[in-house]
Amino acid sequence: MSLVSYEEALASYDPVMGLEVHVELGTKTKMFCGCSTELGAEPNSQTCPTCLGLPGSLPVVNAVGVESAVRIGLALNCEIAEWCRFARKNYFYPDMPKNFQTSQYDEPIAFNGYLDVQLEDGEVFRVEIERAHMEEDTGKSTHVGGATGRIHGAEYSLLDYNRAGIPLIEIVTKPITGAGHRAPEVAKAYVAELRELIRALGVSEARMDKGQMRCDVNLSLRPNGTEKFGTRSETKNVNSLRSVERAARFEIQRHATVLTDGGTIVQETRHFHEEDGSTTAGRIKDNAEDYRYFPEPDLVPVAPAREWVEELRVSLPELPRVRRARLQAEWGLTDKDMQSVLNAGAVEPITETIAAGAPADQARKWWMGELARRANETGTELSEQPITPAQVARVCALVAEGKLNDKLARQVIEGVLAGEGEPDDVVAKRDLAVVSDDSALGAAVDQAIADNPDVAAKIRDGKVQAVGALVGAVMKTTRGQADAARVKDLILEKLA
Amino acid sequence: MTELIKYTAAETAGAIARGEVSAVEVAQAHLDRIDAVDKKVNAFLHVDREGALAAARAVDAKRASGAELGPLAGVPLALKDVFTTEGMPTTCGSKILEGWVPPYDATLTRRLKDADVVILGKTNMDEFAMGSSTENSAYGPTGNPWDLTRIPGGSGGGSAAALAAFEAPLAIGTDTGGSIRQPGAVTGTVGVKPTYGSVSRYGLVAFSSSLDQGGPCARTVLDTALLHEAIAGHDPLDSTSIDAPVPDVVAAARTRDVRGMRIGVVKEFAGEGYQAGVMQRFEESVELLRELGAEVVEVSCPSFTLAMPAYYLIAPSEASSNLARFDAMRYGLRVGDDGTRSAEQVTALTREAGFGAEVKRRIILGTYALSSGYYDAYYGSAQKVRTLISRDFDAAFAGVDVLVSPTTPTTAFPIGERADDPMAMYLADLCTIPSNLAGNAAMSLPCGLAPEDNLPVGLQIIAPAMADDRLYRVGGAVEAALNDKWGHALLEEAPAL
Repeated sequence: MSLVSYEEALASYDPVMGLEVHVELGTKTKMFCGCSTELGAEPNSQTCPTCLGLPGSLPVVNAVGVESAVRIGLALNCEIAEWCRFARKNYFYPDMPKNFQTSQYDEPIAFNGYLDVQLEDGEVFRVEIERAHMEEDTGKSTHVGGATGRIHGAEYSLLDYNRAGIPLIEIVTKPITGAGHRAPEVAKAYVAELRELIRALGVSEARMDKGQMRCDVNLSLRPNGTEKFGTRSETKNVNSLRSVERAARFEIQRHATVLTDGGTIVQETRHFHEEDGSTTAGRIKDNAEDYRYFPEPDLVPVAPAREWVEELRVSLPELPRVRRARLQAEWGLTDKDMQSVLNAGAVEPITETIAAGAPADQARKWWMGELARRANETGTELSEQPITPAQVARVCALVAEGKLNDKLARQVIEGVLAGEGEPDDVVAKRDLAVVSDDSALGAAVDQAIADNPDVAAKIRDGKVQAVGALVGAVMKTTRGQADAARVKDLILEKLA
Repeated sequence: MTELIKYTAAETAGAIARGEVSAVEVAQAHLDRIDAVDKKVNAFLHVDREGALAAARAVDAKRASGAELGPLAGVPLALKDVFTTEGMPTTCGSKILEGWVPPYDATLTRRLKDADVVILGKTNMDEFAMGSSTENSAYGPTGNPWDLTRIPGGSGGGSAAALAAFEAPLAIGTDTGGSIRQPGAVTGTVGVKPTYGSVSRYGLVAFSSSLDQGGPCARTVLDTALLHEAIAGHDPLDSTSIDAPVPDVVAAARTRDVRGMRIGVVKEFAGEGYQAGVMQRFEESVELLRELGAEVVEVSCPSFTLAMPAYYLIAPSEASSNLARFDAMRYGLRVGDDGTRSAEQVTALTREAGFGAEVKRRIILGTYALSSGYYDAYYGSAQKVRTLISRDFDAAFAGVDVLVSPTTPTTAFPIGERADDPMAMYLADLCTIPSNLAGNAAMSLPCGLAPEDNLPVGLQIIAPAMADDRLYRVGGAVEAALNDKWGHALLEEAPAL
């Protein structure tokens, strides 16, 4: 299928998006039983009658899970329900131990909120939140023997229930309209902001690569200037920021292609493919899906006391937007500079480098300079560079102590990135320390004077500005390791 | 040894504590009785001979060591096969759980073990507690010891029959719509549905979560109270468990004094469909209460007529969800897994083969009632009826201490008579269902034999939630007065097996 271009699509259609994000909470135990939530354990080793759905077992609500949900709701500017219930979402799937998911339906714990997200040019876009509700994760199926890793065509499937019952918060936006051509960018910025918020709250690490945060992108198009929403597609489990943006972009183009061609969009789920950024059809969802929700009779209603909710509200940590404003002031950056820091994903590395003892301007200089360039060149995230903030801070300290100059420091960074060890190791191995010892420098200075008698004569005659040429010569013979200021002093002393 | 099986639980525990008899002797006497009669009665699905004797030996050892024994130490018990028992099969009367051995004990099972009760085995029941006759068991029907061609009630027919056949002095049932009280009534035994939330449901395989309640069954009111005391109380593993002290039911059972109590007769529990002999014995019981010094008034609970339809929407709806887990993936029966079929096909084949007709009927009914577009009309309306019924109870209890009614409209009917007529079968629970919908407490105790068929009639007593002690106060007084009148307990009149 040849797609209409993104620009063409937007020339005729207005995208409407809905984003559903699942966050796995970082509670120690599962949502409805006492089993550990630790990742990476032997399959089915972290299970009990309740999370295996054995006959007779019953759920008990994890209080920390409820608290996390309320805190997320508050941070998203939501109203917190005075009284709400869990509900059963009934459907059959082998990795669902009870064949119903304990979730929430028409009584979510948090609702009617918003999240302001900042786009790359600094513009703030308000994403309205429909609801945030509590539920449990399913087990994990591994389909073996098929070509695609999906159940169809598989020879057999393995089931791991360690994940079954891990607390999830599902955060659903209201339809996002008015983003126009920036819809994919808004989607990415929203998920990024939400991730930062979740991390700031300390309720989850929200690692998308580990499935701790998963995003569904619902998208429809309507002809420009019309009100009625078109039929939507639901692209499931889009699991990186970049993919969220690409999936939205692809679906805009795909919908536009179908619609332009006079076709109709089928309401269905779509699978996103990292390799080429495309989506393919999954299940048809023509409202035939009936989950037969009803209030969970095994649990009592959750009624967060108002005083408790207020306590949680006042004890919320500094939220990302506020924090960013504070850091900008502390670092003395202009809006434009701060925006570059944000766009480069450099806030955390810089903050951590400062925390490790580096001055703000130095920390920023390295992360926004050398390291950002490298991230750009390799197409990787800044935070994924093989150097830690502590290592960058150590380089800054060596410079401040006069043991490295700027040029040498660059080589040390390069060495660390190349896996040569800690900054001090690189200095030692590459023999990069600044030489400021007079006896070591003396010979080089004498040599330079001897090699450049004309220049030496000029200096002797009082043309002190000519000293630069001799300093340069010394630096050259010392492979840049000499302390330039000391070299200058030595030359002037000798020629005085 | 024959005598041992006729002892009440209180007498048995006393005799063991005093060293007059060993717990092993008591257990062996009951195991012998089971061997002698259970081929005819079919009360038990599983008899745990070794486990029972080992538990009895432990009680004897405990006594020998000088340790103090609890009030039910060494007393044998028949456990309805709907509670999980670690290491002992639990089938719920269903093929789909054939061979499943739970890896954990229900809280109730644990409490029985902690009380040194000797669990003899697991009793027969309508599949997943759905039924009023025990005919819906996948393992054959249980006979009523009063007449083996008749039903012992249901779903807990096995537990009630075990008591009436002197196979055990104590039994455990569960009551979702009457499954403790109705079998009690038709077998001439005592059964109590405690206040919803007072006995833990952890490990009770769910039929209808908002209605299910485990409870005690015995041959006397005092024994029932002793068992009630052993199993009731808060359980952090059951979120719907009530965190409040259990009323002193044992003291209440010993009071035997109803003077000054106000007793309401529910007007709606009479009329068409009620057997004459049942009404006769019921009315005599009311008269007896008056003679004993209680004040009797008539009360009206108009919403009770809606209880049956509401129940048959709520219970199947919850069941359709609760029973979804039986999918052949992790435990129990698996049919058709020959390597060529998908998980979905294996699940379908297993459910087809593993569930009986009544269970399927209710799963389909409940699935339909919860469906989008029907939810409000069915499940939603039924919940509103539930509220109305609770209000009727509240209004009634504003004026009286307890309500009374016949437990069932008729005495035990012949096996097979209503098997093909679910609506007729459902009528057996007409008087018991309202208490499940409201979550309050109710008892059935024998109040005589219906003159026309010489079969037991049950008197139902209903008390407000958390006032379970009133059941025992009234029940204890009625039982004592009737036994005085008859000169013996009603079960003495049961034919020998």
